[in-house]
Amino acid sequence: MNNRNTSISQGIDWVVVWLYAVLVAIGILCIFMVEYKPGTDWMQTFIGGKTNYSKQLIFTGVCAVAAIFILLADSKLFTAFANLLYAFGILLMFATFVIGKSINGSKSWIPLGGGFNLQPAELCKIFTALALAKFFSRQETDFSKLKSQIIGVSIALAPAVLSHFQHEDGLALAYLSFFLVLYREGLPPQILIIGTTFGILVVATLILEPNTLAIILTVIASITIYFLRKSIKRKKNILLLIISLWILAVGIQRFAVPYIFNNVFECYQSTRIYSMVGKDYDCNMNHHKSKGNEKPARKPDDYNVRQSKIAIGSGELFGKGFLKGTQTRGKYVPEQHTDFIFTSLAEAFGLLGCVIFLGIYLILLNRIIRIAERQRSTFSRVYGYSVASIIFFHITVNVCMTIGLFPIIGIPLPLVSYGGSSLLTFSILIFILIRLDADRQMVLR
Amino acid sequence: MSVFNQSRSRVIQIIFAAVFIVIVAQLINLQAFSPKYRLAAENNAIYRKVIYPDRGIIFDRKKRSLLENTIMFDLVVTPAESRGTDTLTLCNLLNIDTTDYKKRMREIIFKNTSVRPSVFEPLLTPELYAKLNENMYKFPGFILSERSARTYPYSIAGNVLGYIAEVDTGFLRRHADEHYEMGDYAGMTGLERVYEKVLMGQRGIKRLIRDNKSRLQGSFENGLFDTAQIAGKNLYLSLDVELQQMAEKLMTNKVGSVVAIDPKTGGILCMVSAPTYNPNYLTGNQRKKHYGELLLDPRLPFNNRALGNKYAPGSTFKTVSGIIGLTEGVINEHTTVTCNGAFEGCGTGKPKCLDKGVFNFKEAVAHSDNTYFSTVYKRILDQSRYGGADSALKVFNKYATTFGLGHKLGVDLPSEKNGNLPLSSDYEKKYGKKWYSCNIISNAIGQGEVETTMVQLANVMAIIANKGWYYTPHLVDSIEGGDEYNMLDTFKIKHYTDKNIPDSIFDAVQDGMQAVVDYGTAAASRIPDIVMCGKTGTAENYSHGIKQQDHSFFGAFAPRNNPRIAIAVICENAGQGAWAAAPIASLLVEKYLRDSIKGKERQDKVEEFAKKNLIPRLMRLAMNKMDSLKQIKENQLLLQQRIDKEANDTIDNEDGTEQENAKPAAPKSSKDAAPKTKNTAAAILVNEERKNKKTFRTI
Repeated sequence: MNNRNTSISQGIDWVVVWLYAVLVAIGILCIFMVEYKPGTDWMQTFIGGKTNYSKQLIFTGVCAVAAIFILLADSKLFTAFANLLYAFGILLMFATFVIGKSINGSKSWIPLGGGFNLQPAELCKIFTALALAKFFSRQETDFSKLKSQIIGVSIALAPAVLSHFQHEDGLALAYLSFFLVLYREGLPPQILIIGTTFGILVVATLILEPNTLAIILTVIASITIYFLRKSIKRKKNILLLIISLWILAVGIQRFAVPYIFNNVFECYQSTRIYSMVGKDYDCNMNHHKSKGNEKPARKPDDYNVRQSKIAIGSGELFGKGFLKGTQTRGKYVPEQHTDFIFTSLAEAFGLLGCVIFLGIYLILLNRIIRIAERQRSTFSRVYGYSVASIIFFHITVNVCMTIGLFPIIGIPLPLVSYGGSSLLTFSILIFILIRLDADRQMVLR
Repeated sequence: MSVFNQSRSRVIQIIFAAVFIVIVAQLINLQAFSPKYRLAAENNAIYRKVIYPDRGIIFDRKKRSLLENTIMFDLVVTPAESRGTDTLTLCNLLNIDTTDYKKRMREIIFKNTSVRPSVFEPLLTPELYAKLNENMYKFPGFILSERSARTYPYSIAGNVLGYIAEVDTGFLRRHADEHYEMGDYAGMTGLERVYEKVLMGQRGIKRLIRDNKSRLQGSFENGLFDTAQIAGKNLYLSLDVELQQMAEKLMTNKVGSVVAIDPKTGGILCMVSAPTYNPNYLTGNQRKKHYGELLLDPRLPFNNRALGNKYAPGSTFKTVSGIIGLTEGVINEHTTVTCNGAFEGCGTGKPKCLDKGVFNFKEAVAHSDNTYFSTVYKRILDQSRYGGADSALKVFNKYATTFGLGHKLGVDLPSEKNGNLPLSSDYEKKYGKKWYSCNIISNAIGQGEVETTMVQLANVMAIIANKGWYYTPHLVDSIEGGDEYNMLDTFKIKHYTDKNIPDSIFDAVQDGMQAVVDYGTAAASRIPDIVMCGKTGTAENYSHGIKQQDHSFFGAFAPRNNPRIAIAVICENAGQGAWAAAPIASLLVEKYLRDSIKGKERQDKVEEFAKKNLIPRLMRLAMNKMDSLKQIKENQLLLQQRIDKEANDTIDNEDGTEQENAKPAAPKSSKDAAPKTKNTAAAILVNEERKNKKTFRTI
C-alpha cells in the first residue's frame, strides 16, 4: 500500500496506514492459525482461494482497491453525498424486510448474486458517521439546544432500531458508540453518567440478591444524607432528590430490570447475560417463549465463553507458540475465525502478545483522535470521532466477550476477524478519514 | 475552530485507556493467575491412549505353557464413515439380519457417538476373520482391529488358572486405587486374579491431540511425555501338565476333587475340581453363552472344590487322631482294642465297625477300625490330667492346628476355606456346659464337626510323608525376573508340627498306611513295585436330612522312603473310599512316579474310570430337569417354526391379493394359546431348580 504515486500520497497520515496494514496482517495470520492443518502445503492453500485465510487475503486486495479509489476521490464528494447515502442506507435496511435473506436467524442480508450477500446495517455505520458529521457541520446546528440533540440522537439510533427488528442486536448495539461522538460534540455528560449508573445497577441486580441490593442502596442513600445533612438543612430539595433517586434505583432493580429481561430481550439473550454472571435464566419467564418459534436453549450455553476463556487462559504469560495452541488446533472455540479470533492470538502469544496487540489498537485509536482534533472542519472532526468510537466499541465488546466480561453478541474484531463485509466497512471508514485528513486545511461543510 | 468542548477529547481518551486497562486486568487475571485454564486446555485436547502390555504367560513345571496370548480381531466401526457399506453382505457374513445391524448401529452411536470407533463384533473366529478380511473393501468405516486374548493349548486347569474379563463398575469400586479404567481386562479368578499385579505388566501411555469431536490429530509434542508399556511377567508353576490332564480325564463325569502335592516343596502337582471346564470356552466371542451355561450348571463348575469346599474327611482323619493319641501316650503301637461289631465305650453302639476282631495300631489303620480310633479319641478327651473335656479338646486342636487344619493354609488361589476344628464353645451351645467325650465321639473317625478342604487333606498326607513338616501348598514356583512383590516368600517358610511327635510315631502311622494299600481297605489299588502309603475314607453325608450315597475319600503318598507325591482325592457320593477315590489316586501316583501306567490291566483301569459316571443322584436329577427344560423350549421353538411355515405355505398357495387377510388367520391364534400354559409350567420348574441348587451347595 506504500507504492502509490506522490500525487495522492500527499498529506496522507502514514502512521494510520501502517497500523491498518499491521492489523490486517495479524488478522490473516490469526485466521491461518485457526485453519492450519499440519501436513498441508500452506503456500499453495494461501494462493488457492479455498481456505478462509486465502479468502481474507483476497478481501484485503479488494479493500486496497477501494482504498485507492477513496484516496483518489475528492473530499467534497463525501460531504456532498452524506445525507443521500444515509437515506440510501436506511432504504436498504427497509428493503431487507422485503427482499432480505435469512442467514443464521437474522433477516439482515441482501443477496447480491454470485454467493455474495450484503448487510446494509454494516454499511450504514459509514453512512451514519457521514450523516452525523454532515449534521454537525451545518452552520445552523446548535447542539446545546434540545432539538438538535434529539435530531442527532435520532440520526445515530435510527439504523440501530431497524437492526433490532432484523434480530441483529449486536449491530444495533454498535450504534450506541455514536453517543461518544455526541458527548464530544456537547451532549450533556449526565446522559453518559446516568447510562453508566444504570448499567452498573443492572449488573448489580443480576449478581446480588434483590433484598441485599435494596439494603445496599438504602445504606448508600442514608450515608449520603448523613454527609450532606448540612446542605440539606439549607436546601430541602437535595433530600427530595436523594430520596427520589433512591426510589428510582430500587424501582429499576425491582421492576425495570426483570421487565427488560423478560419482555425486551429474547430468551437466548437473557440466558447469555445471566450465564455471564454464572446464573441460570428460567426461559419460562420470557414472554418471547410463548411464541413457540424459539428453539429451546441449548443446555451448555456458556460453552463458548468457557472454551474461549480456556484458550486465552491457557496461553499464560508468553503463549504456547505459533501454531501450537491446542484449543485452536482442536477447534474447541466455536466461530474462532470470526468473532473469537482474539482467542487464537491470546493462546499462541500469551499475555505479552495480547498487550502488544491491544497496544496497537490503542495507538490507532489515539492517532485517530489526534487526527480528529487537528481538523479545521467540524465535518471531519465529527467523522473522525465516529470512526474512533465505532472501532473502540467493537474492540471493547468483542474482547470483553471473549474474556467473559460481556455477554456474547456477534460483533467482529475490527480488521482482524474473518469476513469481507466487516473488513471492507472498516477499511472504507478509515480511508475516508485519511482522505479527509489529507485535506484538513480545507473547511468542509 | 476546534476549541469547542476540546476538554472532552481528553475525557474520551481517558475512557479508552480505562476500558483497555480493565481488559488487560482481566487478561492478567486469566493468563497469569489462573493455572486452571492450562489444565482445562490439556484435559480438552490431550487424549491419553492406554497401550496394553502383553499379559504374562503361565508355564508348568516342565516349561510347557498352560496359557498363551494370541491375537484376536474385533470388527470395529466408525459409524460416521460407514456410509456406502454393503450392509447385506456384511449381515450375511456375520449371520445377522439388517434390523439387528441397524439396532447395533443405533446403540453404538448412542453409547459412543458416531465419530469414534466402537466395537461392532468382538473376538472374531479365524474363519470369520478370513471371510471378512477378503471383503473389507466393501465396508468403508469398518476396520479389523487386533487385540490380545488368552488361549489355552492344553485346555486344562480352568479352575486353577482362572479367567480374565472386562472390569465392571463393582470391580472398579473395589480396586479404586489400582488405576483400572473402564474397558480394561483384569484377572477375575484363579491365578489370574491372585497374580494380577505380576501378570498385568505396566500399561503405557501415549499422549495424542484430539479435536472438539474427539478425533485424534496426531501425537502431542512428538511423544515427549509418552511412557512405554512393560510386558507382564511369566509364571512358572509346580503343576504337571500330564498329571493334570490325566487327573481331569479320570474325574470326568464325577463330582469331586484331586489335589497332589510335592511333599518336599509344597508345590501343587495337580489340582482338579470336577466337573471342570475347558478354559478356552471363556475366550472368544462365545464367552457369554458358555459363561451362562457354566453358571447355571447345577454341579457348580466354577466352584473350586479343592479349596472352596470343606468336607468331613471320614476315616482319612484317623491318621491325625492316631498320631495325637500316640503322642499323648493314651496308646502305643502295641495297644490293642477289640471290636465286636461296634464301639461300646459310650453305650450307644455307634460307630459300628466293619471287621470284627482284635486290632493293634497298625491293623486298626489297615482295616480302618472305627472302634479303635473311637477308643483313642475317648481316652484323649477323658484324660484327667487335662482337667475336663474342653481343655482336652484344646490340646487335641493344638496338635491338629499344627497339621494345617482348621485355618486357611494360604494357597495362592482365591476363596480358600478355613475348614473346621470344632471348639468347646461350639459344643456348649449344642450339649450344654457339661458336654463330654461321648457327645463328640464321631470326630474320631472324621464324621463329626471336623471338616477339611482337600488341600488340607493332601497337606496332612505330605506332613506324614515328611514326618512332621510341610511347606504351604502353592502353585507358583517362581516368577520370571524375580518376585518383585514378595508374593512367594510365605512358600519358603518351613512349618513344623508339634515337636513332641517323634519320628517313631510317624513310622507307626506310615506302617499302618502302607498296610492299607498292601492288604488293607485299599488293597485293590496297590501299585506294583511302588510302596505307597494311603488311607481310605468313607464319609456319610446328608442333604436336607436325607442320607445320600457316601463320599469316597483317599489320601496317600509315595514312595514311602523318598516321598515325591502326596495326594488327596474325593469323589462326591461315589460310595466307599476304596471304590472310586483310591483307584484314581493310585493311577495318578503311578503316572507321576513312572511317567506312564505300567501293565495292560492298569491301563484299562484308566479308561474304565474315565468312562465311569459317578455324578451324584441329586445333581443328575437337576441336570435332567434343566435338559428337559431346554427340550421344552426347543420344542416350542420348533412348533412355532412349523406353524409359521405352514402359515406361509398356505399363503403361497393362495392368490397374492388375499395375502393380507390370510396372515392373521387361525394358525396364529392357536400358536399363541398353546405354548402359554407351557410357559407357566416352565417358570415353576425354574423355581424348583433354584431350590435344588441350594441343597447342593449345602452338601
